[in-house]
Amino acid sequence: MSDPVDALVGKRKREMDGPDSAHSVGWTRPRHAELADEANPLLLECGQSIWPVTVEYELYGELSPARDNVIMIFHALSGDAHVAGWDATWQEHGRPWRAWPDGKSPNWWDSMVGPGKAFDTSRYCVLCANVLGSCYGTTGPSSTNPATGRPYGVEFPPVTVGDWVKLHARLLDHLGIDQLLLAVGGSLGGQQVIELGLAFPDRAKGLAVLAASPQLSNQGVALNYAARQAIVNDPCFASGQYYGCCRPEAGLGIARMIGHITYLSEMGMEARFDSGRKKPDELRCDLFNPHERALGDGSGFIAHNEFEVESYLTRQALGFNERFDANSYLYITKAMDYYDAAQWGDGDLVKAMARARGDWLVASFTSDWLYTPAGCRRLADALCVNLKPVTYVNIESGYGHDAFLLEVDVLERLLTGFLKGLQR
Amino acid sequence: MTHRDLIQQLMQSKPQMAEAVAFLASIDTQFGQESGGTPRPRWDHDLIGDLIPDGSSVLDLGCGDGALLERLQAKGCRGQGLEVDQESIVRCVERGVPVIQSDLDHALPGFPDQSFDYVVLEETLQTVRLPEVVLREMLRIGRTGIVSFPNFGHWWVRTQLLIEGRMPMTPQLSKNWFETDNIHLFTIRDFEGWCADHAVTIHQRFAYAEGAFHDLIPADNVLAEEALFVIGAATS
Repeated sequence: MSDPVDALVGKRKREMDGPDSAHSVGWTRPRHAELADEANPLLLECGQSIWPVTVEYELYGELSPARDNVIMIFHALSGDAHVAGWDATWQEHGRPWRAWPDGKSPNWWDSMVGPGKAFDTSRYCVLCANVLGSCYGTTGPSSTNPATGRPYGVEFPPVTVGDWVKLHARLLDHLGIDQLLLAVGGSLGGQQVIELGLAFPDRAKGLAVLAASPQLSNQGVALNYAARQAIVNDPCFASGQYYGCCRPEAGLGIARMIGHITYLSEMGMEARFDSGRKKPDELRCDLFNPHERALGDGSGFIAHNEFEVESYLTRQALGFNERFDANSYLYITKAMDYYDAAQWGDGDLVKAMARARGDWLVASFTSDWLYTPAGCRRLADALCVNLKPVTYVNIESGYGHDAFLLEVDVLERLLTGFLKGLQR
Repeated sequence: MTHRDLIQQLMQSKPQMAEAVAFLASIDTQFGQESGGTPRPRWDHDLIGDLIPDGSSVLDLGCGDGALLERLQAKGCRGQGLEVDQESIVRCVERGVPVIQSDLDHALPGFPDQSFDYVVLEETLQTVRLPEVVLREMLRIGRTGIVSFPNFGHWWVRTQLLIEGRMPMTPQLSKNWFETDNIHLFTIRDFEGWCADHAVTIHQRFAYAEGAFHDLIPADNVLAEEALFVIGAATS
């Protein structure tokens, strides 16, 4: 086994392919579908119905005549439908973070999607849809509530992973896709894959769950709670009706910092930030005087002679505020907290997984402490004892939870192999 | 190299060892067949592949790169592997073989009783920390168990230990004591004894020697390099 820190330092996220690269899906355009209206509202798990519902999704590659080459990717907490390539509409939709070439988060899994990559768009049709309650084109708390004519804010009904999957199924109906070749997702996206496998067992031939377990740990719930508290206690939160006014940027920023801490590992942080620590003799008497404004301006973040890890978290917080809605953060983390795949078996996971069909791939990462290897293994074992074909691998990585986005080489081999197996 | 050649060579270089070989030969009437030193072919793959009927369900404990299960799946078997090594798992996935990363020294997934037609332990039993626990689990999960292992009673193994006083190394036991994965070494007679003591039925037994396998005979405790047993719980 190679030294994990060496492995970490040695690996770098692959160079991003530009829009003209032969390995890029190139310029992309988001698509929209109206999937619920007054006559056909979406009944949510909380008991309330919602309409209208718009879903933003993206499609790359060609749909085969038999419509049997679709890979659907499910995004995580802060993700969107724009998995890969370069958004040709970033200006039109006011999404400067996707700008070419300098956007801070132009796409989120470009390393896996494109011609010649694991999800090879010259062979497969790749689909991803933004979840209900998010803020990237699908109906969410920042959308207009038809009942009041103003943004929903916290009047938006609570949504669940089950609701998302139900809506995804409507999208598949809308697109005329009966069965996915592969459903794949990491983290909260992985939980959607689990849910799809249980709610609609015939809708996917293969299911790949990365860094996700059947239920978030209590430690995870606690961290989500702290993150939500940072948002709702921000003076700008204004009971969720902050649209058009000042936004709860400090709160959302702190929430994002907490999130990022959970995405890294202790070991990964040592490797990345240890050299940027302040030394004891660098302590200043006026440490907490607000003499240094943070990176960016008017952000509300005040820097105090920062350690490298502090600068990192501040940058994450600032970047996130440019592209995310605080209310969406509340709703999506709640969906994460409430999810439990065992509900399909009256609280018994093994009983729940008896419903599953298709071939499963479950991958965890050794240094992930948000969705731990033990938690992911529970899913694999529950499938296995039901005699379902399942592969489980605990991938050696120092990247923590983020590994599902970064361990491209091993994931590429695993998923390419898995896809090959599905087409035997 | 034939057996006779080997003894002649030993006479020149290590006369004492050759004497011991001759001694062992004299006490075992079957002794005298040729013994090779060639690298180990996957004889047990072929045999297991033939022993397991088409369409069976098979759990392979320590399935390696999945070659056996791939072969079985090709004839309609439903395969599931358990394997500890990440690189081997990636290769299983590439072959379309489902595999759970699992260390046989720790808890296995809680498979129901008799949930597989066959459970296979191919050259794995001698590497686990608690072989008896694994054997019992095998017989609980599977209707039939198939176990193959290197025979520590082989004459060449005995000779090395007896004469040189050092841990034997053979094509089947090819690593030094400090790096070998084989931590519970046993002989054919040991294994048969365990089965008898625990009311385990032996359905079939095979020995591998001289580059081929045959139905096991008593002298194979000395002659066989490896052995393969098909076993079941007595009640089954």
